[in-house]
Amino acid sequence: MKRGRHLEAGRAAWRETWRGIALIVRREIVDTLRDWRIVAPITTLVLAFPFIAEFVAAEGLKFFNKYGAALIMERFFPFLILVVGFFPSTFSLVIALETFVGEKERRSLEPLLATPLTDGQLYVGKLIAATLPPVVASYVGMLFYILLLGLKLHWWPSLHLLAVAFVLATTQALVMVAVAVIISAQSTSVRAANLLASFIIIPMSLVLQWEAGLLLFADFTALWLIALFLFVATLLFVRIGLRMFDREYLLGRELDFLDFGAFGRAFLEGLRWPGSLRALYGEEIPALLRVLRAELTVTLVVIGGGLLIALWGFWRFPLPRTAVPLLSQPMTMEQITQGAVDIPLLPPLSPLTLFTRNAGAVLLGAFLSIFTLGIVFQLMVMGVTAVVGYALLLTLHWGMPAAVPAMLAPHGPFEMTAIIIATAQSLRLGLILLSPAHKGGGFLGLGRELGHFVKLFAALIAPLLLIAAIIEATITPRLAIWVINGYLFR
Amino acid sequence: MIVLQGLTKRFDGLTAVDHLSLEVKAGEVMALLGPNGAGKTTTVRMLSAMLRPTAGRARVAGYDTVREPREVRRRVGVLTEAPGLYLRMTGREYLTFFGEVRGVESSRLQQRIDALAERFKMREALARRLGTYSKGMRQKIALIRTLLHEPPVLLLDEPTSAMDPESARLVRDAIHSLRDGHRAVLICTHNLPEAEELADRIAIIGKGRILAQGSPAALKERYLGPPPLRLQVAGRINPALLARLDAFGEVLDYGRRWVRFRKAEGVRNADVLRALLRDGWEVDMLVEEQQSLESLYLRVVQGATTLEVAS
Repeated sequence: MKRGRHLEAGRAAWRETWRGIALIVRREIVDTLRDWRIVAPITTLVLAFPFIAEFVAAEGLKFFNKYGAALIMERFFPFLILVVGFFPSTFSLVIALETFVGEKERRSLEPLLATPLTDGQLYVGKLIAATLPPVVASYVGMLFYILLLGLKLHWWPSLHLLAVAFVLATTQALVMVAVAVIISAQSTSVRAANLLASFIIIPMSLVLQWEAGLLLFADFTALWLIALFLFVATLLFVRIGLRMFDREYLLGRELDFLDFGAFGRAFLEGLRWPGSLRALYGEEIPALLRVLRAELTVTLVVIGGGLLIALWGFWRFPLPRTAVPLLSQPMTMEQITQGAVDIPLLPPLSPLTLFTRNAGAVLLGAFLSIFTLGIVFQLMVMGVTAVVGYALLLTLHWGMPAAVPAMLAPHGPFEMTAIIIATAQSLRLGLILLSPAHKGGGFLGLGRELGHFVKLFAALIAPLLLIAAIIEATITPRLAIWVINGYLFR
Repeated sequence: MIVLQGLTKRFDGLTAVDHLSLEVKAGEVMALLGPNGAGKTTTVRMLSAMLRPTAGRARVAGYDTVREPREVRRRVGVLTEAPGLYLRMTGREYLTFFGEVRGVESSRLQQRIDALAERFKMREALARRLGTYSKGMRQKIALIRTLLHEPPVLLLDEPTSAMDPESARLVRDAIHSLRDGHRAVLICTHNLPEAEELADRIAIIGKGRILAQGSPAALKERYLGPPPLRLQVAGRINPALLARLDAFGEVLDYGRRWVRFRKAEGVRNADVLRALLRDGWEVDMLVEEQQSLESLYLRVVQGATTLEVAS
């Protein structure tokens, strides 16, 4: 009886919550549809772009037909579906970026904040409202293009392709909106929000390039994984946004000033020497790592994603041992150190080159993270994990299980620890600009976190990378050669 | 209905509201006066649970603004400093949206919109987009939005700013009519005659602190003293008359046939009049001069003396 009453009360609260969200969504969508600055370009894109894409497809097909390579062009058809869907969905960015800060500039936010709507209702309502119109436009554009392809070129996509294309268009829009709404809720002006939007565009363009590559290989599993990754990223960003949403901050802040003096002081504060090595390693570094708990968790999840990609790659392309010429004759240490073994992209195995290469990659990843919400370094780590994981799976497949620990165990723990810490701190560097200044974020927060990064790099990451480089250049290859030669030529 | 106890708000080292304490009872209209930046809008935002106080507390309609912000927002009607309308919506759409957000029953909502629109002479304009409204019309729509859910507490920030005299009169009449035993109204304004007309009590604030608080009459008496008398006689003013008036109080000013003077405590007008007639003066007029709220305001703000005056 009591439980029933609780259930009914819960249902009523749920209905009430969604009623508020629905009201916000309805109002915002009506407003968007009455704004010709949004409706005119979306309509133009939806109506004109499918024709352009179909024209490109038809002309491309004719061209490739001349060389009997029509198959190549056909692989572009699905890619063009994604492109046709992507352009209208970018408007979700425009709409989302101005949701809160635009209302603030028009001074219509205060009456809304004075209503009993909760932060969650306002936030989710605006999020959905910014997503729906562009996503619907995106669906219409894609359907239109598919119809044109079908009627003119007699090419119809499979249901699987259709599903993945529509899901990708949706998740792309969702992730862009989720980040844009955070930016909108933390910006002081629409102009500032638009400038910060580049932080979304760079990683999204990378994702689009990945998708293009995967579509050319007609690899739907990987595309589903990307969609899943985007969806999880959306959930994370919505959670971050909800946690940071603050009525007071929205109303209170009028202008942002870039105070470089204060930035420098924040940087030095972050970098402050604690007085002794004992204090540095006993208190300061552990404290910095404790603060990084959430970012470390995300990084570990991303590494897990990389391993999944490795598993998928191995499942799709399980190379036989004979495909690797390196393994056809016994290896010697001299071959490797003198560069006789040509392994593309790998530096010569000297401690200094390994260290500078790895440290450089860490610094570059951290730098790019500042402009990409920390995503670029995460993607780099995911990519490297996928490649290393794939190589390890191959060695298992070739019946050389001891080769795995031999290649990784000596230096791996040092290198991986350094990379994981650097990636986590870089994610923090990327996200700190989205945090409100009064909660330790913003420009000054970036200064402080850069100081922390330099401190972590000097005290922990670089020493770990140096130890890893020395081991990787001296112990690992000897052990690996000994183990692999043992397998191959016993 | 509205109780502030030591309410304080600081922004990045700047104290916008500094230990503000006041009370507005049900059925009372209180005006909050003060120069720009005195902390009036910040106070309204804290009372409507949009800003959290740095120190102190406020209870509105029986609810704590920090612990029960939603309950407070349900019971408060806030007219913000800027109307802040959605200009692509029609007046009716806009009011319907806010009525629904406020949880007004749909069957009652349209009746309520029509009734309020009628009262503010906005019925014809409801079908038009808000972007086509004049400033005064926008302010009226914002006021209707504030009243839609019949809140027991009204916080009105500059309710008649940007309005023409006729519309301002309409709004003032409406505020008069809102005065009932169940509702408390707090008005922030720079319009001193309006404050004097509408408010039972006024609070003058400066730099976030209360400088003076009480009924307009009590504050005037306290800060400006008893009202001066203006005497007009048939003949020319001479030193004998001035000396006679000095005996009753203090001569402030005089002309050819008039004198302004302030009576000493306990002196009645009849005593003055009787003495003048006995001296043979032909008195054309003896009246108490009205003291303006503006004089009081300037005296308080410039003097910046904190004084509590019981109403």
